[in-house]
Amino acid sequence: MTTVRAGWILTQRELAHWVREPWAPIFGVLFSIMLLLVFGFLFGGAITLPGGGDYIDYLLPGMLALSMMFGVETTATAMANDARKGITDRFRSMPIGSASVALGRVGADMTNSAVELFVMVVGGLLVGWRITSDPASAALAVLLLLLLRFAVLWIGIFLGLSFRGSGATVAVQVLVWPIGFLSTAIVSAETMPAWLGAIAAWNPLSATATAARQLFGNPTGVTGGVLEDGAVWLALAWPLVLVAIFVPLSARAYRRLRA
Amino acid sequence: MHTLIAEGLRKRYGDLSALDGFDLHVPAGVIHGLLGPNGAGKTTAVKALTTLIDISEGRASVAGFDVRTQGAEVRRRIGLIGQNAAVDEVLGGRQNLIMFGRLYGLTRAEAASRADELLAVFELTEAAGRAVSTYSGGMRRRLDIAAGLILTPAALFLDEPTTGLDPRARNEVWNSIREVAGRGTTVLLTTQYLDEADQLASQISVMNHGKIIAEGTPDALKRQVGGDRVTVTVGLRDSLDAVVHGLPAGAAVDAETRTVTVELTGESLAGVVRALDEMNVVPEDLQLRRPTLDEVFLTLTEKEAVR
Repeated sequence: MTTVRAGWILTQRELAHWVREPWAPIFGVLFSIMLLLVFGFLFGGAITLPGGGDYIDYLLPGMLALSMMFGVETTATAMANDARKGITDRFRSMPIGSASVALGRVGADMTNSAVELFVMVVGGLLVGWRITSDPASAALAVLLLLLLRFAVLWIGIFLGLSFRGSGATVAVQVLVWPIGFLSTAIVSAETMPAWLGAIAAWNPLSATATAARQLFGNPTGVTGGVLEDGAVWLALAWPLVLVAIFVPLSARAYRRLRA
Repeated sequence: MHTLIAEGLRKRYGDLSALDGFDLHVPAGVIHGLLGPNGAGKTTAVKALTTLIDISEGRASVAGFDVRTQGAEVRRRIGLIGQNAAVDEVLGGRQNLIMFGRLYGLTRAEAASRADELLAVFELTEAAGRAVSTYSGGMRRRLDIAAGLILTPAALFLDEPTTGLDPRARNEVWNSIREVAGRGTTVLLTTQYLDEADQLASQISVMNHGKIIAEGTPDALKRQVGGDRVTVTVGLRDSLDAVVHGLPAGAAVDAETRTVTVELTGESLAGVVRALDEMNVVPEDLQLRRPTLDEVFLTLTEKEAVR
């Protein structure tokens, strides 16, 4: 049994879940759309962008990046649940490669997030968001968003394998909020106190959000400097750094199950 | 030829020795009971034999393959049924078996036909399409066991398979386990329930503090703690005290149920009956019984605690 084939079978397991219980993924997407509407229309009227521009154009790429980052919670919860129910141990007692479990998670979660991204883009276009760049740039923006999802996926695998109790999962579900909001996903860093703005601006999530804004041809809320000029590079580098850290940590956590 | 061999296994977690010189030899095709209280190291032993954890010291093999150096070969020949029913609750029973079958390397068609076979054997055909979350505890367990049998393993490991099940479900699972052994698979069954080991296992190893403290057939183990017992129920017409006085010393009296229990060490059953007859006592009931495994177990673990 090759690791890739086993990974694909485990991906299919997740797809079969959607057919059985479509409400779970649908609710996930509805939640993202609700956030979009809350910030776009409820709070949005009170938000003015430094440097001008329509707030919905600023907001949407940020919301896309935010929903990719929130995916860490899906991954961690799924990993922790399988470990708690003994399903991970059953997989480990079977003749499949040791990377299969992680690979299945990658396949399932990336598919899930790609669908979510698609729905949110369509939803955004319906509420007035506009892509003003060329298709190649827009495609690159989507790829960078998915790269962020791929990076946090490994954080989720690591967390899910490391603390298996459901309490830890709750901690992740709570912590994604301050980490998500302490970024430029929703408001520009230039409207924040300097020290807070600096943290928000250098949040990996902000790099992806800014790069996506540039590539979709939307206002970035950033004026000059490396954060604007190097946004695409930062959006490439940050996730790769996270992957370089969390893939080995995940592998170690998986080996530690043998301790 | 032994299907399962463990020699001098040690596994330490910090200061705690979960396995402390664990030895086990299980011949092919039998149900072997691994009996012990909570924390005795039963689950650790199963995890060591199924390649889930690294062993600190010692040697173990399954179906002739070393668990340390030939893990992949071992995993091709075992089924593991852990303490929780490790099946996907969202999917249907048949979907679960097909998924596991494909993970074991079967094609989709092979996995589907194997799934149907196993569903029939474990009487789950009717529920095959339903989500596992709607299954009863016993059904879940049966599906769980079926999933461990997809490749007809040389050895099936069952870690406390009936914990939390009602008596009816427990019987269903027991039948499933007998079914498995009947097809030639060696079964290692861990349990805290002594009647479960008594019912199913032909050989029992009693485990405490990470090692085996006694081994044998259920009957031999029972003999180890003493002989058969006779329990006499005394009617209201007779004096309980008088009966106790007339019987050999050391009889245990229960005034509430009006029973007197005598351990038959030097005494024979006929001797007890003769003594009652001499006293002109006609007992309401007279029962001869072996010590229960519970008594065996308590005696053995107490002896160990004293040492």
